[in-house]
Amino acid sequence: MTMPFYVAPEQVMKDRAEYAQKGIARGRSLIATVYADGVLIVAENPSRSLHKISEIYDRIAFAGVGKYNEYDQLRVAGVRHADTKGFAFSREDVDARSLANLYAQFLGNVFTHEMKPLEVEILVAELGTAGRNDQLYHIAYEGTITDEDRFAVLGGDAETITERVAADWRADRDLLTAIRAAVSALAGPGRTLGPGDLEVALLSRANGRRAFRRVTNGELEAAFGVGGGDTSAPAGEGTVRTSGGEDDQAAVSDTSPEEPPS
Amino acid sequence: MALPLFPPTEDPGPDFSALLRRSGLPTVSQGHELAPSVRHATTVAALRFAEGIVMAGDRRATEGHSIAHRAMEKVFPADRYSAVAIAGAAGFAVEMVRLFQTQLEHYEKVEGVTLSLEGKANQLAQMVRQHLPLAMQGLAVVPLFAGYDLARATGRIFTYDVTGGHYEEADFQATGSGGRDARTTIKLGYREGLSRSDAVELAVQALYEAADEDAGTGGPDVVRGIYPIVAVVTADGYAEVPEPEVADRFNTLIARKHAEREPTGGVTGGGEPA
Repeated sequence: MTMPFYVAPEQVMKDRAEYAQKGIARGRSLIATVYADGVLIVAENPSRSLHKISEIYDRIAFAGVGKYNEYDQLRVAGVRHADTKGFAFSREDVDARSLANLYAQFLGNVFTHEMKPLEVEILVAELGTAGRNDQLYHIAYEGTITDEDRFAVLGGDAETITERVAADWRADRDLLTAIRAAVSALAGPGRTLGPGDLEVALLSRANGRRAFRRVTNGELEAAFGVGGGDTSAPAGEGTVRTSGGEDDQAAVSDTSPEEPPS
Repeated sequence: MALPLFPPTEDPGPDFSALLRRSGLPTVSQGHELAPSVRHATTVAALRFAEGIVMAGDRRATEGHSIAHRAMEKVFPADRYSAVAIAGAAGFAVEMVRLFQTQLEHYEKVEGVTLSLEGKANQLAQMVRQHLPLAMQGLAVVPLFAGYDLARATGRIFTYDVTGGHYEEADFQATGSGGRDARTTIKLGYREGLSRSDAVELAVQALYEAADEDAGTGGPDVVRGIYPIVAVVTADGYAEVPEPEVADRFNTLIARKHAEREPTGGVTGGGEPA
């Protein structure tokens, strides 16, 4: 007769946590930070169509690292939750805190009850209104939720990147400075990241009702100072994206990132 | 509210109405009880001009023979590049617009791209069709949809009937009880490639004439300062014509009408007191 073998619950949890952490560490990191006009989110992501950052609602953005299909499923659930709530009640009643709690509950549930934990770490960012600060909710794979009002770092390399961000963080930076600071913190010493390696989006108070906007490649190039030799690239590049918010995906090429002149 | 997660085989996709049904919330047209008197909303018009479309609607809502509301809005932005106007039972119509707006935004967020203008028009048609049982009971909702087609770089107008049939109009259209009069006015003044200013002027005239002929259509309310809503959709998106401009156009129009009735010099004055 075979003995049903016993594994201590501590061991089960430890194994699952390790499994999830490994999965997340394989992916690249992401920084969300408060700046003068709202919240800026910068992710290392060479893909132009598989987004890590997206819009949930008027003042709420979502970002995820880890396994794409898993955080994308969470993103869609978030959009559904927010739209349903806004339709049933009012647009003002949709808030990031309740959504973040739902995410935390779901992730916690999956972590304890399912075979495989979700290999994701997600962020729910909310643009503050009068009298309320911008808020960043950071939710880990096992459902731990932390709220930040300055910045949050997600992904495998979070600790070292956090140190780099914290070193010179300021709330009143304008957009370009904030982008530059976030990118250099993401890259770290001895590495450079160009517009082709980045996905950048923001929640800005200047955008009206729908605060979410993707930062285009053109703007990124300006932030990196590539703009100086602007006229040198007449055609070739092909990745200059048009318009914010409702950009047409057809125009976006998905090819490997070109090396930016630094 | 639980996190709306679905197994892949039951996923409603980017369809917001299907999501509402799955979440057990009522969508448009699931009410069954008839209110004894229902607010009806009237005359809305849309016309194409060189850079896009102009859409306009009066502000009156009636309940039987009395005016229920004087400042009702019947022209709404559907999304950034389209506008929707409503005629019919006000309660259902406004709710349909809300559902439509949410659906367009929902699709955009879930899928990451916007629907084509044709796709938006189809979506609205499905909502009107779902409403058909209530339309048969006399609570029809007939929208008018127009927008700027980014792919074709032109303005386009779609009209609907109560069965959800939708038809693309070449240049202009108007619906509601005063629609016929508005349409005739636009027809007389319309020409290809109107400027924005001329198009807005024509829409203003159309609404004035409709209000002149139709009891259900409200004219410019000079006393209360309530004027019809006029919106313009171009490649730059949806924008409402500022109220002072609309008021100005109506007041000029009224002054002109007034002047035309004044017995001035030349033509027969008739029976002047000595």
